Amino acid sequence: MTSKTASIYDWVDERLGLSELVAFARHKTVPAHSQSFWYYWGGISLFLFIVQCFTGVLLLVYYRPGAEAYESVRQITFVMHFGWLIRSAHSWSANLMIFAILVHMFSVYFMKAYRKPREFGWLSGMALLGLASVFGFSGYLLPMDELSYFATKVGLQIPAAIPWIGPIISNMLRGGLEVNEFTVQRFFALHVVMLPALFVPLLGFHLWLVQRHGNAIPPAEESKPLNKRKTMAFFPDFFRKDLGMWLVSLNVLALLASVFPWSLGRQADVLVPAPSGIHPEWYFMSPFEMLKLLGNWLPGEAGEIAGLLLFTLGIVLWILIPFYDSSRESGRRGRAAHYFGLLAVFALLATTAIGYWTVR
Amino acid sequence: MSHVLDTPHIIKETSEPGEPATRRAFLAAAGAAGLCYVAALAYPIYRYLASPTEMEMSETAVTEVTLKDAQKLPLGSVLMFKFGTRPAMLIHHEDGRWIAMTAVCTHLGCTVQYEPQADRIHCGCHGGVYNAYTGSNVSGPPPKPLKLFKVVVNAAGVDVSRT
Repeated sequence: MTSKTASIYDWVDERLGLSELVAFARHKTVPAHSQSFWYYWGGISLFLFIVQCFTGVLLLVYYRPGAEAYESVRQITFVMHFGWLIRSAHSWSANLMIFAILVHMFSVYFMKAYRKPREFGWLSGMALLGLASVFGFSGYLLPMDELSYFATKVGLQIPAAIPWIGPIISNMLRGGLEVNEFTVQRFFALHVVMLPALFVPLLGFHLWLVQRHGNAIPPAEESKPLNKRKTMAFFPDFFRKDLGMWLVSLNVLALLASVFPWSLGRQADVLVPAPSGIHPEWYFMSPFEMLKLLGNWLPGEAGEIAGLLLFTLGIVLWILIPFYDSSRESGRRGRAAHYFGLLAVFALLATTAIGYWTVR
Repeated sequence: MSHVLDTPHIIKETSEPGEPATRRAFLAAAGAAGLCYVAALAYPIYRYLASPTEMEMSETAVTEVTLKDAQKLPLGSVLMFKFGTRPAMLIHHEDGRWIAMTAVCTHLGCTVQYEPQADRIHCGCHGGVYNAYTGSNVSGPPPKPLKLFKVVVNAAGVDVSRT
């Protein structure tokens, strides 16, 4: 460092305490073992969220909610230079983000990283996944083309099945009895104001917890004696690999967004019959199909309610897993949680497959 | 042992002169690749954000506007219209003369107003005044006159074009 840069550094350091940060980063380590690969998926989810913020702001420059929604998306896609690319990147990155979050969640689950003291990490992560799926659901409607219109119409029927308060919830979300420009307007407010306002602080909390407790190690690694466990320096080793993964993600995203640009269907029209094969986005396929199967299995209105209850119960159990399988000493409970996880993965994959099979 | 630990640094420099160069080459290549990424991201974003400007640029290339039925404009009145993307005015003076000029104040770009009773053009923003026949800046802050257009009145309307 030349003396000039050194003196500028000193000036800033004195005021912001940069060297504390550098010293801190130097001492931070990340466990190194055969399962370390899974540590990158949280970072990948974060990267894709940042992409969402950037591309989202760019879309916001020309998007007009309400009655003009479809026209403005048509303009973005076909009139503005590279608008198709930015919209495509936003859609692809949204899907990749949900995928990365799911991989992250299951890796945390099977590495038992939700155990004490990381319960809040698990809970905040589940809340972030919940918000991400509302992001996905609300964002899907915004172009107001045929597909998004009917998918939203069908999706909003699901809460309507809840006894007594169901219809109120549905109407509240829809902003009326039908999906129309009022629905777009409130989904837009949800998508660009409400959800980011909730998501960003929660994400900060989640990241702070990761920082506070460090990376969890899988049980196989935990059983090794301390001196047999390997670590790598966070900075620059892990950081460099993390950035490498971000670069890979960026390349995959760029490839998908440009080679398979997101399409825009015809403008939504209530009087035009729904095109065949309307189905939810892939990440909603499994819950949608589960509810459908439970509805068939338990017929009638009572069956519908029972299905909804059973489904909710499954999710609640999933969320509460850190309190059931709380520590290394859990033993039998730990194994039970493992099988519950395998069952969840199987149910998710099977219902998704059945879902796609039946819409064909 | 300590002198052994000290030497590798020197050995590297003398016996492997290629290594620092490869390192430099690697950093240069990484920097170049980074620049390529930045350019590949920045170019589409720039073009995307500049789209309306580009579209309006092609609109300002307009050289002639036909104002349908404008020949019916009464004496002592004004018709505001868009010449390309920018506001312009067609004045039918009391003496029967037809004058068209841009309606964008040369001071800071406000839209100016024709005042028939004073027979002048006035800008509400900072009080600039222009001559309603020649467009010349008479008083106030405007640095330049308003540009006149060529006017041709026919039975169907009024053609306004760049001079």
